[in-house]
Amino acid sequence: MHRIVALLMVVVAAASCRSAAGGSGPAIVQPGAPGEPARVIAADRAADLSGVTHSAADVRFMQGMIHHHAQALDMVGLLDTRTASEAMRALGRRIELSQRDEIAFMRQWLQARGEDAPDEHAHHLPGAPLMPGMLSPQEMDRLAAATGVEFDRLFLDFMIGHHDGAIAMVDDLLASPGAAQESEIFAFTSDVVADQRAEMERMAAMLAMLEELHK
Amino acid sequence: MRCCGARWVLVALAAATLVLMVRLGAQEGRPTAEDPRVSLKAGFRDAGVAARNLELVATLPKPEGFFDPSAPAGSVVPPERLPRPGADPNEPEPAPPVPQPQPAGGGLNFGNSDLAFGDQYVFVGNFHGFTIYDVENPRRPRLVASVVCPGGQGDVSVSGNLLFMSVEQTRGRVDCGTQGVRGPVSAERFRGVRIFDIRDLNRPRQIAAVQTCRGSHTHTLVTKPGDTENLYVYASGTAAVRSEKELEGCSGGDPRQNPDTALFSIDVIQVPLASPQTATIVNRPRIFADPATGNIAGLWRGGGHGPGTQSSRATTQCHDITVFPEIGLAAGACAGNGILLDISDPANPVRLDQVVDPGFAYWHSATFNQDGTKVLFTDEWGGGTRPRCRATDPPTWGANAIFEIIDRRLRLGGYYKLPAVQTAQENCVAHNGSIIPVPGRDIMVQGWYQGGISVFDFTDPTAPFEIAYFDRGPIDPTNLITGGHWSVYWYNGHIYGTEIARGVDVLRLTPSEHLSQHEIDAAMQVRTADFNAQQQSKVVWPGTSAVARAYVDQLVRTNGIQEDRVRAIRPALDRADRVRARERGAAAVAAGLQALAKQVTADAEPAPLREATRLWSLAAALENRAASLR
Repeated sequence: MHRIVALLMVVVAAASCRSAAGGSGPAIVQPGAPGEPARVIAADRAADLSGVTHSAADVRFMQGMIHHHAQALDMVGLLDTRTASEAMRALGRRIELSQRDEIAFMRQWLQARGEDAPDEHAHHLPGAPLMPGMLSPQEMDRLAAATGVEFDRLFLDFMIGHHDGAIAMVDDLLASPGAAQESEIFAFTSDVVADQRAEMERMAAMLAMLEELHK
Repeated sequence: MRCCGARWVLVALAAATLVLMVRLGAQEGRPTAEDPRVSLKAGFRDAGVAARNLELVATLPKPEGFFDPSAPAGSVVPPERLPRPGADPNEPEPAPPVPQPQPAGGGLNFGNSDLAFGDQYVFVGNFHGFTIYDVENPRRPRLVASVVCPGGQGDVSVSGNLLFMSVEQTRGRVDCGTQGVRGPVSAERFRGVRIFDIRDLNRPRQIAAVQTCRGSHTHTLVTKPGDTENLYVYASGTAAVRSEKELEGCSGGDPRQNPDTALFSIDVIQVPLASPQTATIVNRPRIFADPATGNIAGLWRGGGHGPGTQSSRATTQCHDITVFPEIGLAAGACAGNGILLDISDPANPVRLDQVVDPGFAYWHSATFNQDGTKVLFTDEWGGGTRPRCRATDPPTWGANAIFEIIDRRLRLGGYYKLPAVQTAQENCVAHNGSIIPVPGRDIMVQGWYQGGISVFDFTDPTAPFEIAYFDRGPIDPTNLITGGHWSVYWYNGHIYGTEIARGVDVLRLTPSEHLSQHEIDAAMQVRTADFNAQQQSKVVWPGTSAVARAYVDQLVRTNGIQEDRVRAIRPALDRADRVRARERGAAAVAAGLQALAKQVTADAEPAPLREATRLWSLAAALENRAASLR
């Protein structure tokens, strides 16, 4: 019992450490930099995020990344008829799922902000930009012409470069003034990098095994 | 210095208890077609509600300044396109409906996130800052202050007079400004852990801002038993590594090319309590290293686990770490792995074990049980913005995995997933929760985003089951608008939940065949001065009748006690509640309880281990009750 009483006194002491004055109603406060005092601000200023709305660089990034991811789907589309490896097909299915999911997110992000949202075939149109890591038409033809192990090797090589391009695009975005300030696109950049890295790691291991088997 | 001493402070409450008829219940809470959570009406403020054994006692919208007046509910998330495990991915899926264009709105810019507690106050984290509520009367929470300091995700922890907040986004500013940071390299940018002095709750002051290379997605406060001068913070960054032009020593990339990469580590911040403004990073331990080769990228490399398995993220980071300093352990949910750490030296955590799971996409958070013999990990498949509780989603994906800790290693028991199907308009996956301190059982309350709140028992790690739930319909009938319960924690008798879009909910447990009033009473008698869900400690129950009655109820439920023993114990506890300590007759009542304790101890002799353990606990509770009368 003594212990409980002693501890009850601790609770009383605890309550006295912090104070909250009543009366004038809750305020919206904005702290300053470390060491600076906090100040009261008005609600309309508190909710004003006009400085962190999406930028032109964000829109270019999202539109470009749709083209970029769409080409990955084209590459995966070649797997069915050109590879003999079930592991390659499984890899293709995983890539397709993640790239489609990200394309859906990017299209919605653009639409919700009233921006043009290219569909996944728009990169075939003349004048569509070639984003970092994307295959040129000649490289795409080379891949389409290959079969068997030769195809697998080329596919892995190209897709690793392709994914690396997506990471370079995120780096470019983050190096652009006023970019990725909004919560959704910021979170998306982390996801894109993590997904591409994981798949690149996987593909690098598959490529190494392939080289080992077919020295 | 911790302001307020003991973490778990016990208060013996007047045990106004009723003798409740407890019967063995059917396993309710298993998924059924008639589950009232299925097909609830959609709505932001007027959604349909289904609740069982949980009562909503208060709900508060987000305060002014913490939502976009043009889109208070937030913004739309794209339709679901994937993955339907088991389905043939080559078979074309029907094109998803295109959502109606809506104003971009605040979205996650104003999302509520994690929460922490101190005294009678609740601190609600938000991507935009944090808000403080006085919950002295939990049925009538009072807004004390809303604090604008954007940067996401705004996870908060409290220790004494200090509040800690995680900041990861590139819009975060040292001066808490809302205008963002334009320059790709800027001295105005803040990504890391902020420390506030909260002595004056109406005017929290920022006293330190510890910059980190990847920012802080989450953080965990860590104490070292015996060290009263320092607090440690484990900061986990999951976003891009910033340029070394902005913060010295920061560089990213593959460890084979850059051994100094900021990936593959956590940041350990030391906070001297006498001068918290001098908090600084003291270590960036390589906790994923392969001990044999020294390769710092020693754990899961990313990808699938074979045909039909989930693709797990590469382990380059932890998402969240939960510590249990009294037992010297931490559980890390680290992207592709669940890991167990020895934290007896908090600045130098040492990995003890690691596990993978073929159904886990992203190891997200961890919760120990009350005595630290089990740990429950969550999988945030889909990142929290996607619907992962549809009928087509497997019950072991986006779920909890429950492990036993045996010889400081992890052994899988079973899985628990929200047992009610949710719509494609509800982002839903396992998320943050905490233990409810019912003696003798492992019970947790957990948020599932728009899947709502689920309370479940995992005492048997192979057979967890649901006890209670609370769920609202989707925010919007046709679009997925990110919302739902981010964190749902038990604090001093009530359950508090942050709803990303809708605000804050306060709930209380009601008794059922799965959980008696006595068990709830015993949990409510455990009181603490601060609470951070990622910082666990051992629970000690007071010597009250409710604790003894809780064990009796549990033994009755499993037929683990003789009926005549129950008929003797319950009136003896009634008698104990009618006398005061050291009063005339108290000694006789105490002697009666002690005699019963002896009999119960004898009953335990031939009983199977599970019942025997509970009988010993009952005997101890009877002894404690007797001691409180002396």
